[in-house]
Amino acid sequence: METENEGEFEPRIVAFLCNWCSYAGSDVAGLQRMKYPPTVRIIRVMCSGRVEPSFILEALRDGADGVLVGGCHIGDCHYISGNKKCVARIALTKELLKQLGINPERLRLEWISSSESGKFVKIVEDFTKDLKKMGQNPLKSLE
Amino acid sequence: MDKERIGVFLCHCGTNIAHTVDIGKVKKYVETLPGVVFVKDYSYMCSDPGQRLVKESIKENGLTKVVIAACTPRLHESTFRETLREGGLNPYNLEIANIREHCSWVHDNREIATEKAKDIIRMAIMKAALLEPLEEREIEAVKEVLIVGAGIAGISTALILANSGIKTYIVEKEPSIGGKMAQLDKTFPTLDCSACILTPLMVDVERNPLIEILSYSEVESVEGYIGNFKVKVRRKPRYVRKDLCTSCGLCWENCPSKNVPNEFDLGLSTRTAIYIPFLQAVPAIPVIDAENCRYFQGLKEGKERCKICQKKCPVNAVDYTMEESFIELEVGAIVVATGYEIFDASQRPQYGYGKYKDVIIGLQFERLISASGPTEGGIIRPSNGQIPKSVTFINCVGSKESDGNQWCCRYGCMASLKQALQVREKYPEVEVNICFTDMRAFGKGYEELYRRCRKTGINFINGLPSEIYETYGEGKHLYFTVFDGFLNEVIRIDTDLVVLQVNMVSPKETGELVKKLGLCTSGDGFFQEAHAKLRPIETPTPGVFLAGTCQGPKDIVDTVCHAKGAGGDVLKLLQKGIIKIEPISAEVNEELCSGCGMCEPVCPYGAIVIEVKEDGKRLAKVIQAKCVGCGTCVATCPSDAIIAHNFTTEQIIAQIRAAVSP
Repeated sequence: METENEGEFEPRIVAFLCNWCSYAGSDVAGLQRMKYPPTVRIIRVMCSGRVEPSFILEALRDGADGVLVGGCHIGDCHYISGNKKCVARIALTKELLKQLGINPERLRLEWISSSESGKFVKIVEDFTKDLKKMGQNPLKSLE
Repeated sequence: MDKERIGVFLCHCGTNIAHTVDIGKVKKYVETLPGVVFVKDYSYMCSDPGQRLVKESIKENGLTKVVIAACTPRLHESTFRETLREGGLNPYNLEIANIREHCSWVHDNREIATEKAKDIIRMAIMKAALLEPLEEREIEAVKEVLIVGAGIAGISTALILANSGIKTYIVEKEPSIGGKMAQLDKTFPTLDCSACILTPLMVDVERNPLIEILSYSEVESVEGYIGNFKVKVRRKPRYVRKDLCTSCGLCWENCPSKNVPNEFDLGLSTRTAIYIPFLQAVPAIPVIDAENCRYFQGLKEGKERCKICQKKCPVNAVDYTMEESFIELEVGAIVVATGYEIFDASQRPQYGYGKYKDVIIGLQFERLISASGPTEGGIIRPSNGQIPKSVTFINCVGSKESDGNQWCCRYGCMASLKQALQVREKYPEVEVNICFTDMRAFGKGYEELYRRCRKTGINFINGLPSEIYETYGEGKHLYFTVFDGFLNEVIRIDTDLVVLQVNMVSPKETGELVKKLGLCTSGDGFFQEAHAKLRPIETPTPGVFLAGTCQGPKDIVDTVCHAKGAGGDVLKLLQKGIIKIEPISAEVNEELCSGCGMCEPVCPYGAIVIEVKEDGKRLAKVIQAKCVGCGTCVATCPSDAIIAHNFTTEQIIAQIRAAVSP
């Protein structure tokens, strides 16, 4: 996983994880000594409902290859319904990305509970693979 | 920002971090970052000398912000906040860089992990530069507590609280308090009588003026927040008035519906339609089971039948017109003590439970051996009512499975030993076998019980049967083959009574309570505690606590410890009547707010109101006591007029930039 070939493009993922489920799930992956690609940089937010579309745009503009938003499963939100607000915002942001000519697949919303460490690892692995296929964030070459 | 003096503390965590992250390299790199004036590494930053190092460094170097690169903030953030406070800094001038769970533990390659650690710390430093000092909020708390579930856990917690002067409500869905412990005959490892321990406590609960028992009731809804919960409780109708009933027993003695399977005896006996669950029930008020009552069933056909209980009652306590009612409680904290359910042994059909009458579960055995049970303490084969010549206990039914219930029930080994010993003592001529995989005698006095049993002639078979069969015709009995690890061969066991020690599973109500209280469950379906070792009783929802087996399988000893601990945690929270709340909340910048009102409906807590000022200007206002700091309103505001303290837009943007560009 970690011994990538020299020179092969290594995507950079910015992940916004909610404190109660997804961030906790990523912690458990550590506790269980699971291994995953070193592509993800995690930003803790209290709730996925805190994630503003502008955060996602900022990350992509700064050169992130992918953005992951992780929240509690629908119905399990620590703040009752913040994740539902997040769903709506992500859908809109994906539309916006399309209009901007950015592959909306570069933005992923996932529900990861605090016990789903395996799911977190799988998502990072899959997203990393997908981003490798998509190639570098096109905004990087504009600079 | 130029004025900021940031100190960075790098923790080795023994070798947990230092093994995969080159702390020396990281230190050199961090020293070059803007605003950083001091960098220090230490083997265990959370230890007393580590914390002292942080405190002294703050003072000696005039630090304004502190970054601690160590384990997850979910573990020691509050510890280090206190360290900052003691070092003379506002506790919220702290940012934790999670280089253990998110880095050293998930990567093997030292070079890669070191580079990633640099990134994580850089992100924390950029956020730290923008942190603002925050003041904790104080709110008044209601000094009353609700306990959900009145088994030995709920009872233990209630007595601690009430005896400390805290008014305690205890909601129990069954007609009596007592829970599953009331069904047990003896308790391991001492083999003292379960009822002799439990029933006096039940009476204490009933007599305590600060405890109000709400039996035959369930939690309908929960609103509010730590210190100020509003709980609606649904009270099911008993059809017997508590204020009049004297528990004389004339009603149930005369009830003509006598063949209702008795839940308390797990179907090994019958009860009447108006009944008390067991003799020592608290409250000792009977309840009418409408499903099996001739009067209520007659009503469906428009006929008034029976009414014998009402006629026989000398004090007119039977009232068929009682209806479901609701009461509202205001409490400062909630303790969930909903216990466990017995795993349905028929889901493992190889053992023949539900198919063969002489295959029973451990709790049924308890009812048989109990002097107050259906056989007054006699061990019989349910198929013919005769004393068995051979009894076999089978451990780990629905436990320790690779693809089912993965967890250990934590009581079965000891329950088998206890029950086997009881058979041995009562019927010395009866053969007793125990089939087990490994004997988990982990508690105080448990290994001693095992050794004692080893000397009594009980046959210990190191293996579990793959399938149980019954012979046909005359002398019908059960048999199975099993590979015995002690003998290293397959043996055949012929036996008359099989007792299955089944696992504990999370009760059905757990899912509903998860929603009502904002809790979560772990992979086994039991409630998830906030932290296995540091906060084993707290939940992620402030003010909601766990007691007993609702958090995971426990025997009675551990349940009582956990439950008394819950009493202590609640006392710590409520004894002053004032609760300090993290200042991680939202605040409206009145100059930027346009009063559009988009924030109001998105708040799940009703913590935002739109106020109309005298000049007609509309302004959003955050009710601080209600705000939990989720930040949903902040993300909604089109004018950037709401600030999420400790998670401001500027802070997050700084983290994003640091995450992407070195």
